[in-house]
Amino acid sequence: MTIHRDYTGSKMGMWIFLFTEILLFGGLFVIYAAYHHRYPEEFHHASKALDTAMGTVNTVVLITSSLFVAMAVAALRRAEDARARLLVVLTIAFAGVFLVIKYFEWTAKFHHGIYPGSAELAATHAPGEIVFYSLYFAMTGLHAVHVIVGMGLLGFILARMRAGAVNSTDFVFLENGGLYWHLVDLIWIYLFPLFYLIA
Amino acid sequence: MAEIPMAETPMAETPMAETPMTGTPDGGFWTTPPGRSTLGSWLLTTDHKRIGLLYLWCILAFFAVGVLLGLLIRLELIAPGRTIMAQQTYNAVFTLHGVIMIFMVVIPSIPAAFGNIVMPLQIGAEDVAFPRLNLFSWYLYILGAAIAVVSLFTGGGAPDTGWTFYVPFSATTSTNVNVAVLAVFILGFSSILTGLNFIVTIHRLRAPSMGWTRMPLFTWGLYATAWIQVLATPVLGITVLLIFAERVLGLGLFDPARGGDPILYQHLFWIYSHPAVYIMIVPAMGVISDVIPVFARKNIFGYKTIAISSLAIAFAGSLVWAHHMFVSGMSDVAVMVFSLLTFIVAIPSAVKVFNWVSTLYKGSIYLDPPLIYSLGFIFLFSMGGVTGLVLGGAGTDVHVHDTYFVVGHFHYVIFGGTGFGLFAAMHFWFPKVYGRLYNLKIANVAAVILVIGLNMLYFPMYLLGLEGMPRRYYDYLPQYTDLHVVSTVGSWITAAGLALMAWNLWRGLRHGAPCGPNPWGAATLEWTLPSPPPTENFGPVEPEVTRGPYDFKGIEREEVVA
Repeated sequence: MTIHRDYTGSKMGMWIFLFTEILLFGGLFVIYAAYHHRYPEEFHHASKALDTAMGTVNTVVLITSSLFVAMAVAALRRAEDARARLLVVLTIAFAGVFLVIKYFEWTAKFHHGIYPGSAELAATHAPGEIVFYSLYFAMTGLHAVHVIVGMGLLGFILARMRAGAVNSTDFVFLENGGLYWHLVDLIWIYLFPLFYLIA
Repeated sequence: MAEIPMAETPMAETPMAETPMTGTPDGGFWTTPPGRSTLGSWLLTTDHKRIGLLYLWCILAFFAVGVLLGLLIRLELIAPGRTIMAQQTYNAVFTLHGVIMIFMVVIPSIPAAFGNIVMPLQIGAEDVAFPRLNLFSWYLYILGAAIAVVSLFTGGGAPDTGWTFYVPFSATTSTNVNVAVLAVFILGFSSILTGLNFIVTIHRLRAPSMGWTRMPLFTWGLYATAWIQVLATPVLGITVLLIFAERVLGLGLFDPARGGDPILYQHLFWIYSHPAVYIMIVPAMGVISDVIPVFARKNIFGYKTIAISSLAIAFAGSLVWAHHMFVSGMSDVAVMVFSLLTFIVAIPSAVKVFNWVSTLYKGSIYLDPPLIYSLGFIFLFSMGGVTGLVLGGAGTDVHVHDTYFVVGHFHYVIFGGTGFGLFAAMHFWFPKVYGRLYNLKIANVAAVILVIGLNMLYFPMYLLGLEGMPRRYYDYLPQYTDLHVVSTVGSWITAAGLALMAWNLWRGLRHGAPCGPNPWGAATLEWTLPSPPPTENFGPVEPEVTRGPYDFKGIEREEVVA
């Protein structure tokens, strides 16, 4: 078999994959819409318990990481390999910061007895609020899984860059990794207002 | 409907004329590359033909298991009360039959197996766009299937929810639903990656002279299917993940006690699972569209309408999911809207059926096995399609909802439709893959036995349903006995037909008469290659598309089938 290289084909494949990711979250967004319509008051109250400051910081952190990966693609295309690698490392580092902040947010909730299946939650909160927290954990949890997958993917791309397999003439792997990372960022941009800002 | 003008060129310019018409076929892609073990060269292959065959063999193996389970269900139902198994076993057996047949057999059957084997050949490509991803999809399929098998023997026993995993039962049953839904998630991921691969392949790797209106209709069907796979399957992914989370984490999103709504689950499930029936049927329709003109020696009637109707089915089919929920407590407005949309899907399906029949009209018909299976498809699919309208009409559905009428309808469409499409494909492309032919007469006999068996097996179910026999019941009132007996006897005839067909194909690939590149005298690109095709397909030179896919002028059938 000859090596088949098709830049447009690779990008097209990635975009279709991103569609499927949006649809995966789409199921959860549909559930959110249905329950928000049914429990507007309860969602309002439950949302107050979330830490808007931490959420805002996380939004900034994630958007910044997205900027870094975009800059990494630009740098690699200009054949500034070392700079591109540094920018990918920064992207991964900021993703780590995002997860650490998320960890503190979640553990704070756990201390207040707010977690899926919690007896305390069921005893002290209205059904609509329980639904809100279930959705909060399901959606931010699935998002966090995507952050971790994205870190792994970018780490792998970094290794390929070090090996010279991803370079200024063949950069589509980094570009696709960047697209994935922008999607992770984009989903968070929707999650942030839906959970933190509706109160 | 106007015929599509197709370019005409003298026969001598196609490479077909240069290859010998008889003699032992060379190994083609079957030859193990030097320096590799036979097993290794299959398990690590990126050749689309080999991956397609890996799928096909696994699918057929699971099909055999599914058929066996189906036979056990029918045997249990031959008389009221306990016949061969207890209630809980029965629940597990029909769940398994559903999960295996839907997720491991029917959904991957034609797209993953024959899509892989044939589609790159039909568009003049060397392989799919992402060959390694293609192999990865197969491993995901195997992993998903293995996990599904594991779910039977571990945890609290085999799942007993039916293949739909409806809450609240699926969230509370002690059986091993956790592992089963993970298997479904992985199988879905495999299906998404195959669809993605096919879309990019069809967009990017067509031979330069292969325009969109020159594409064989099987490839058109795969293209429409691939979009459904990509756009619908993720919703199933999140739905089964939520079942998992519901059980493991106690999320409560579908639990009314905690503010959830079980109806939402049904919506999410059918948003995927209704389009999924089009994943099952549209590729089969593509096979039929490719087979019928070859054996009628006539250009397909209404090429463009058939191609577009595949896309129309894909589009309209994604808007009808709630017709599974007419009695679930939706608003009357929703019921009416979804009922109307359901009727609209019947239009593109009917367009295809009429076009096939018009193609046969005044054709010079050869009654070879692929055509017999295709005629079986048209007959059985129409039976299933018409009864689908009874279920799509909101008023009539209330009467037959969740009865054997649904079971009959579904099996006519999926076994009579997709199953026969798969059999037609197996008989049509068999000589291309193996370079040999099976016994045509026996294949025809098997097809006729299958049509008789299927009608005997499933037609009584319509009558049972109209008389009120609910589906999935272990026991029934004595007045239903006669029809159940007829149905069970039909299941034996069907099994006999399947066994005869399988034996004949097996004998064919061992001892069949060798054939040349184009035994049926077809006009699509795959038949210009030797049988079996070489690993590199067309090699470094892009094939020249000199004729339309159904332009048979100057192409003769080989003596081996004459």
